[in-house]
Amino acid sequence: MDLFTFIKPKNELEKSNETDVKKPYVPDEMWEKCPECGTLLLTTDIEENLRVCSKCNHHFRLNARERVEMIADNDTFVEMDKELESVNILDFPGYDEKLEKSKKVSGEHESVICGTCKLDGIETVIVSMNSEFMMGSMGTVTGDKITRAFEYATENSLPIVVFTVSGGARMQEGILSLMQMAKTSGAVKLHSDAGLLYITVLTDPTSGGVTASFAMEGDIILAEPKALIAFAGPRVIEQTIRQKLPKDFQTAEFVQQKGFVDKVVDRRHLKKTLVNLLKIHNYGEVEAQ
Amino acid sequence: MSAFDKVAAARSTKKLTSVDYINALFGESFIELHGDRNYADDKAVVGGVGMLNNIPVTVIGLEKGRNTFERMERNFGAAHPEGYRKALRLMKQAEKFHRPILTFVDTSGAFCGIGAEERGQGQAIANNLMEMMALKTPVLSVFIGEGGSGGAIALAVADEVWMMENAVYSVISPEGCASILWKDSSKAAEAAECLKLTAKDLFELGVIERILREPVAGEQKMFESLKLLICRTFEKNLAVDGAELALRRYNRFRKIGRQEP
Repeated sequence: MDLFTFIKPKNELEKSNETDVKKPYVPDEMWEKCPECGTLLLTTDIEENLRVCSKCNHHFRLNARERVEMIADNDTFVEMDKELESVNILDFPGYDEKLEKSKKVSGEHESVICGTCKLDGIETVIVSMNSEFMMGSMGTVTGDKITRAFEYATENSLPIVVFTVSGGARMQEGILSLMQMAKTSGAVKLHSDAGLLYITVLTDPTSGGVTASFAMEGDIILAEPKALIAFAGPRVIEQTIRQKLPKDFQTAEFVQQKGFVDKVVDRRHLKKTLVNLLKIHNYGEVEAQ
Repeated sequence: MSAFDKVAAARSTKKLTSVDYINALFGESFIELHGDRNYADDKAVVGGVGMLNNIPVTVIGLEKGRNTFERMERNFGAAHPEGYRKALRLMKQAEKFHRPILTFVDTSGAFCGIGAEERGQGQAIANNLMEMMALKTPVLSVFIGEGGSGGAIALAVADEVWMMENAVYSVISPEGCASILWKDSSKAAEAAECLKLTAKDLFELGVIERILREPVAGEQKMFESLKLLICRTFEKNLAVDGAELALRRYNRFRKIGRQEP
């Protein structure tokens, strides 16, 4: 820096920078707009920040695999029951097409993936629901996969972490979907009675039959900031009671304040929090010695 | 009768409600017990103890009310979280004294409202599902009218589920289903058909064990035979070890939608 630049007043310096230095060219697909604060963010920056807006901390939605990647140690995720997929048991109109479309959009067979992985070396069963597959709705295969994951955890004395995201039971499978609420709850109970740890992470949105079953049955219930957590969704309630709902109603923070969530955790601290909880419950001690 | 006719019949205000069944089956031996010991007494859920022939029983029902005044007071059978928590309190009490549990289901669904959400409607139902599954005492559920989704199953995690011939049990109301699927709630009749919600459909799907002929008010002979049927089922299940009973109950639900590996 020469002397002339050095003695120039600061505001002029800034001005000169604007004119002298051209902004780097960035193609459109590399930008993403934060839906909350409207800031344009570089896609690479968002990815690096675990898809959290650096300006307003808005948590972008993640799909099931992104969630697993975010917390599992590298290359430790082993998927279970990957091949199971829904069929149109009740011959419900339009369901076949919907399933096909969801498979294409999400690249998955179902609205949930299950498996085992390691968190800082601690073996854990992991269940991750997918909003990209029929809004994470729970059909019979979803319920069965989750039940199997709990049974596996019980048989092998493993803790389990479940990421929930769901619009509720899948109406295209009628009453059989509803039955999955009882079935998964039964599997949670057997896991719990075996003295094993179950941590839920509620993500945006978790509602209906999933909220009214395994989502609310964790020993410890965590939630992502601002996630909608509801039994009945806001629109249904507004239609029923014919009045506007208060602001922030049914957000994770609201539900925590009402006493139904243990802790709202920023995504960037989630893995650390989970590992800490696992250690507090005496998992992973053998590896440490 | 079409599926939607069944829905209309299940919703009919002329239908017998849980209180009618309790009075006809338990007579003067019934003592109502109130409150969830936590927040309030939800009148959409009626519960208590009584004698069924020679068997002491805990009985719990979702109650819609029998006239306009009662219906308002009982919130048309749409329970709040405290209603489900009251039911669970009474079920735990039944387990302690090894009394069988009889539930009557008749609700359009768990109530959707601000207070219900604030007090954890989802958590209340979830907890019932989990705890009922492990009860070490016999549980029998009888659907007498509408079985509306989560609000119904919260009282129906049972060893056996029976339905009156004109009762329905569904994951969503036909109107709700039609408005989501076709953006048109007037197509409810079509949706009712698709949802497979009649007693006959559910029996064929393996979700219920028995379809019952519906008694009418004053038809005491019908109630006597219903009482006998319930007592026989309880006697059979009281002879089974509690833990084994809970395991059988889990397997009953476990097989629904089971995928072969």
